[in-house]
Amino acid sequence: MAEDRGTPLVELNDISISFGGIKAVDHVSVDLYPGEVVGLLGHNGAGKSTLIKCLSGAYQKDSGEIRIRGQKVEINNPRDARAHNIETIYQTLALADNLDAASNLFLGREITTATGLVDDAAMEAETRKIMARLNPNFRKFSSPVSALSGGQRQSVAIARAVYFNAKILIMDEPTAALGPQETQMVAELIQELKRQGLGIFLIDHDVHQVKALCDRAAVMKNGKLVGVVNVDEVSTDDILAMIIAGKKPEHLAA
Amino acid sequence: MSETTQSSDSYESAANRAERVAEFEQHNRGFVGRLQHILHLNPSFVPLIVLLGSILMFGLLLGSKFFSPFALTLILQQVQIVGIVAAAQSLVILTAGIDLSVGAIMVFSSVVMGQFTFRYGLPPTIAIACGLAVGTAIGALNGWLVARVKLPPFIVTLGMWQIVLATNFLYSANETIRSQDIEAQAPLLQLFGAKFDVGGAVLTVGVVFMLILVFVLAYVLKHTAWGRHVYAVGDDPEAAELSGVNVKRTLIQVYALAGLICAFAGWALIGRIGSVSPTSGQLANIESITAVVIGGISLFGGRGSILGTLFGALIVGVFTLGLRLMGADAQWTYLLIGLLIIAAVAVDQWIRKVSG
Repeated sequence: MAEDRGTPLVELNDISISFGGIKAVDHVSVDLYPGEVVGLLGHNGAGKSTLIKCLSGAYQKDSGEIRIRGQKVEINNPRDARAHNIETIYQTLALADNLDAASNLFLGREITTATGLVDDAAMEAETRKIMARLNPNFRKFSSPVSALSGGQRQSVAIARAVYFNAKILIMDEPTAALGPQETQMVAELIQELKRQGLGIFLIDHDVHQVKALCDRAAVMKNGKLVGVVNVDEVSTDDILAMIIAGKKPEHLAA
Repeated sequence: MSETTQSSDSYESAANRAERVAEFEQHNRGFVGRLQHILHLNPSFVPLIVLLGSILMFGLLLGSKFFSPFALTLILQQVQIVGIVAAAQSLVILTAGIDLSVGAIMVFSSVVMGQFTFRYGLPPTIAIACGLAVGTAIGALNGWLVARVKLPPFIVTLGMWQIVLATNFLYSANETIRSQDIEAQAPLLQLFGAKFDVGGAVLTVGVVFMLILVFVLAYVLKHTAWGRHVYAVGDDPEAAELSGVNVKRTLIQVYALAGLICAFAGWALIGRIGSVSPTSGQLANIESITAVVIGGISLFGGRGSILGTLFGALIVGVFTLGLRLMGADAQWTYLLIGLLIIAAVAVDQWIRKVSG
């Protein structure tokens, strides 16, 4: 199957990372192809967020290698990840509360004028454009994001990740703070980005959502990879069994 | 901002409430919300009102004795040193840090400028450059310890305060360089004390420097990417880092710049008192924090305006001069300043609560 699709967009090979003697991620290998959504599943503390933070630059792996389009890369901080067109929606959203939506969207990548000053008007205009697509009801452009609702904050974080032409998108529970309607919007967004050829890692607790949105699912338990399955070939019960029991179901084991 | 934004804001907050109370709530929330909105966008609004109010009050009580170009510019002269140091302090506090070593850096820089000129016979320009470099280096060391070694700013600068002050006394051998000698041999050291008269108002180079410094910093903080990063780092360093801001570099730059500004304050100090004295400026750290707090900059970082700090320093200056002209005991000044500090932090907490 892998041969059919050429070089993977991302290869995480044999990644390990430990915190104070506890192996949070233990020799895990996962890959991701263009136009593919790979779901990462597991209990809290299974190591899925930690694994993905090695790719987004928030953590540094202890061992293993990361390849982007076949090239070995070093990702030491979030700026390195961005240089490889990797964007991340963090579970904590990573927004600066006292800044407004536009300032957050462009934080670290401000639009500046020829004289090197920030161009607030341009940034707000761009923010209005993308928010009109993602969350048409969004109007609080001049308020600090601390004054926004959970869903509004989430849409700012999503806007930031998709605005800068990401090739690889990491979404750590992007729908955690959203209502059903907004969740549906995110699902549609994922489908659209997928059609555009992005590779997406989606961390989610909702097995049904993963089944609906993802092509493959990687299940982790206690820092180890239980297995990677094509979601079309398994039932939600199979996936749940992998999460809980920590091993592949009998009929898939071969 | 625009009327439409405000009305849509209160619209939304009202829409989130139950229908029955909407009418009353909308009015009430609208006013508080609008006030909060104004305070958020213009954090120096409260200190500006307090400043104008206190000038008006003393003007009414004292008449032309206070309300004259001479008296009002005297206030500027009296707050120039604290104003410059408080500008440095503002930068650090915006990153949710604190710098207790500002006064020590200031004094030591002035001693370096003086001693390099008089002990080693260096040209005053070189000696001044050395003093500015020393201040910057100490600030950068503070920043490195905070950003790289991850020590709390309070501890780093508490230690640095003692180290720099002790170095200052050891190096200078507690020796004062007299004003007459400086005037005769190195008048450049007293540059900031040069006075000029504008229709009864007496300004000094130091006063002009303080005003320009504050306006330039205010502009840089508001209109450059670096300024935005300073706010973001103070607001939430983790979010800033994940957003791609180089948090460590920003912190080191802020502390180094604060050190440089303190060294300029040291130069201005020579202009103000005429001599180079290793025992001067002992209260600069506490006075600068006072100005910052009264100026409405949040000690939690990420919110406030450096213009507020200028107003905060001027409020202290107005009360000091006003009460002295009224013949009141100087302790009344301290008592009122103390009240203002507590009131300023209470207002800050209130803004946090409304906006949260």
